[in-house]
Amino acid sequence: MKSRYRRILSAVLSTVVLIGGGALILGQRVNAAGEGKITGSVKLNGAAPHMKGIDMSKDPYCAKAHATDPGHLETVVAGANGGLENVVLYISDGLSGSALTDVPTAVPVFDQKNCVYTPHVLAMDIGQKFKVVTSDQTAHNIHPNPNPMTGNIPWNQSQPPGAPPVEKSWKAAEVIPVQCNIHPWMHGWFVVVKGPYATTDSSGAYTINNVPPGSYTVTAWQEEYGTQTQKVTVAGGQSATADFTFKAK
Amino acid sequence: MRRTLRKWSPFIAAAAVFALAPALSAQLTQYDLEPRSGMESHIGNITGHAKDAKADYRRFCVGCHGELGDGNGENFPWLDPKPRDFQLGIFKCRSTPTGTLPTDEDLSNTLARGLDRSNMPQWSNLTKQQRADLVAWVKHFSPRWVSEKPGTPIQIPAEPEVTPERIKAGRDVFAKVQCWKCHGVEGKADGPSAATLTDDQGRPILAFNFTEGARPKCGSTDQDLYKIFMTGLDGTPMPSFADNIKPDEAWDLVFYLKALEPQKSKEKAIAKQLGLKPVDPNAPPPSGQ
Ligand code: HEC
Ligand code: HEC
Repeated sequence: MKSRYRRILSAVLSTVVLIGGGALILGQRVNAAGEGKITGSVKLNGAAPHMKGIDMSKDPYCAKAHATDPGHLETVVAGANGGLENVVLYISDGLSGSALTDVPTAVPVFDQKNCVYTPHVLAMDIGQKFKVVTSDQTAHNIHPNPNPMTGNIPWNQSQPPGAPPVEKSWKAAEVIPVQCNIHPWMHGWFVVVKGPYATTDSSGAYTINNVPPGSYTVTAWQEEYGTQTQKVTVAGGQSATADFTFKAK
Repeated sequence: MRRTLRKWSPFIAAAAVFALAPALSAQLTQYDLEPRSGMESHIGNITGHAKDAKADYRRFCVGCHGELGDGNGENFPWLDPKPRDFQLGIFKCRSTPTGTLPTDEDLSNTLARGLDRSNMPQWSNLTKQQRADLVAWVKHFSPRWVSEKPGTPIQIPAEPEVTPERIKAGRDVFAKVQCWKCHGVEGKADGPSAATLTDDQGRPILAFNFTEGARPKCGSTDQDLYKIFMTGLDGTPMPSFADNIKPDEAWDLVFYLKALEPQKSKEKAIAKQLGLKPVDPNAPPPSGQ
C-alpha cells in the first residue's frame, strides 16, 4: 500500500507545498492540494454502560414513533466493535493563519426527528452557519443554553409542525447543551470549535480534512468521558493517524 | 457564583479543553465593573447615568440582586423565583427578539411595573430619572452591553377589531403551535409538559396560568401579550413564536388568550356566546396544515 506510487505522489505534493508556502508568504491561502488530513478511530475499552430507555408516553406522537424501536439515552453510543459514535475531534493546538480563521461554507443540519435529536452531537466551527429543522408532527422548542460569559447567547424558539428552519451560528468555542422543554428527554450538544473538525460515525471512524502540513494537538471530546489529546504531524497532502481509546467507567 | 457553578458543573469538565474554564467559573468583580460605571441609558429624552444610581441601588436593590449584580444578595436563599443575575445579561421582558438584549425602555418599564408572582417590587414611586439611572447601573454589570447593541424591537401592527371569527381563529393558533403542551388546553398551566419545566439555571418553573386572574410579568395590555409570545421570555422555557405565527394570527391569539382569562372582557363575552370549547389535543391538526 505505502508504495512507490505514494512516495512519488508525496514528492509531487511537497513541491506543491513549497509553492503553496511561497504563496502563503505572499499572503495567499495555501493551495488546497497541499493540505493533508487526520484520520483514525475512537474506541471504547470495556463494556458500554447501559443506556436507559426513555418514557415518551407524555406525548402520544413520540410514543407512537417509537412503538417498535424504543428510545434510549445516547450518552455513550458504542458499536459492536467498540467504535464510539458522536465523538468530536478537532485541532486544539498548532493551527495558524487561514486554517484557523477560514469558516466552512457547509451548513450542518440538526433535525428533530421522532422526538430525538439527529445527530445527537452537532459539531461546527465558530461563525459557521447551521440549521435546525423539524421532521415531526408535534411541536418542539429548540433551546440551546450556552454560558453568556463566553459571548454565546442563549435563545429559545418554537418549532411546531411544518416550522421553517432556524439558521444560526455561534461566536465562541464552547460545548453547548441543547434541550427541548416540551420533551425533557430531548438533550443534545452543539460543539463549537475553532478550525477543522470531524465527528465519529457509527464505527467510531473519523477524518479531519483540510489540515495544512504541520504539527498539531488533536483533541477528542466525548460527552460522558471528557477529552483526550494526541500529538500528530501532518505532511503535505498526507494522511496522519490518531486513534483514541476511552475507558468505560 | 454558587448557582452559576451548579448549572454548568456537568459541562465544565467537557468545556475545559476549550480553555474556557476561566470564563465559566469567573465571576466579575468590582475591578471588572468599575471601568463600566460610565454606562448610560436613553429613555425618551432622559439620559440615565450609571454612577448616579449607585446610592439608589445600594438602598433599594442590593439585598436581592447583590453588590456585584449577580443575584446573590442576602435575600437570595429565601426567594423563589430567584433574583436576576445581571452579569449574564439575560432578561425575560423584552420587545426585542429572543437571544438579543432588551432596550433601555424595556428595562425601565420593567422597573415601573415590577414582576408579578415574584419578589421583584414595583418601582413606580421613583422618578423617571432615577429609573433611567438604575437601568444604566443594571446594564453596567454585563459585558454584553459593551460588545452588543439591543435587538431591534418587533413590529406590532395596529390592533384589529375583535370578532367571533378572530377568537375562533385564535383558538386554532393555540392548537396549531401547541401552546397547550405547557399551558394546558384550558390555559391552567397543566399541559403534558408542565410538570417538568425548568429555567436556564435548572430550577423548576411554572408555566403561566391564564385562569387565575394573575398579571403576566411582562405586562398585561394586548400589546404586551402580543410581545410576550413573539419574543419569548429568555432564561425560561417560554419560547419565541416569531417564525411561526403571522402578525394577523398573533392578534387572533391575543384575543383568544383574553378569553381564557377570568377578567371581564369583550373577548370573554364573545367566547361565552359562541360556547367556545377548549382545544382538543387529540384532534387532527386544523385544516391547511
Ligand atoms: C425583594 C427582592 C428584590 C428587590 C428589592 C429588587 N428585585 Fe429586581 N428582581 C427580583 C426577582 C426575584 C427578580 C426575578 C423575577 C422573575 O424572574 O420573575 C427580579 C428581576 C429583576 C430584573 C429583570 C427583569 C427581566 O426582564 O428579566 C430587573 C431589571 C430588576 N429586577 C431590577 C431591579 C432593580 C433596579 C431593583 C432596585 C430598584 C430591584 N430589581 C430590586 C427581586 C428583587
Ligand atoms: C415549553 C413550554 C411553553 C410553551 C410551548 C409555551 N409557553 Fe408560555 N410560558 C411558559 C412558561 C414556563 C412561562 C412562565 C415564565 C415565567 O414565569 O418566567 C410562560 C409564560 C407565558 C405567558 C406569561 C408571561 C409573563 O409575562 O408572565 C404568556 C402570556 C404565555 N406564556 C403565552 C404563551 C403562548 C400564547 C404560547 C403559544 C403560542 C406559549 N405561551 C407557549 C412555557 C411555555
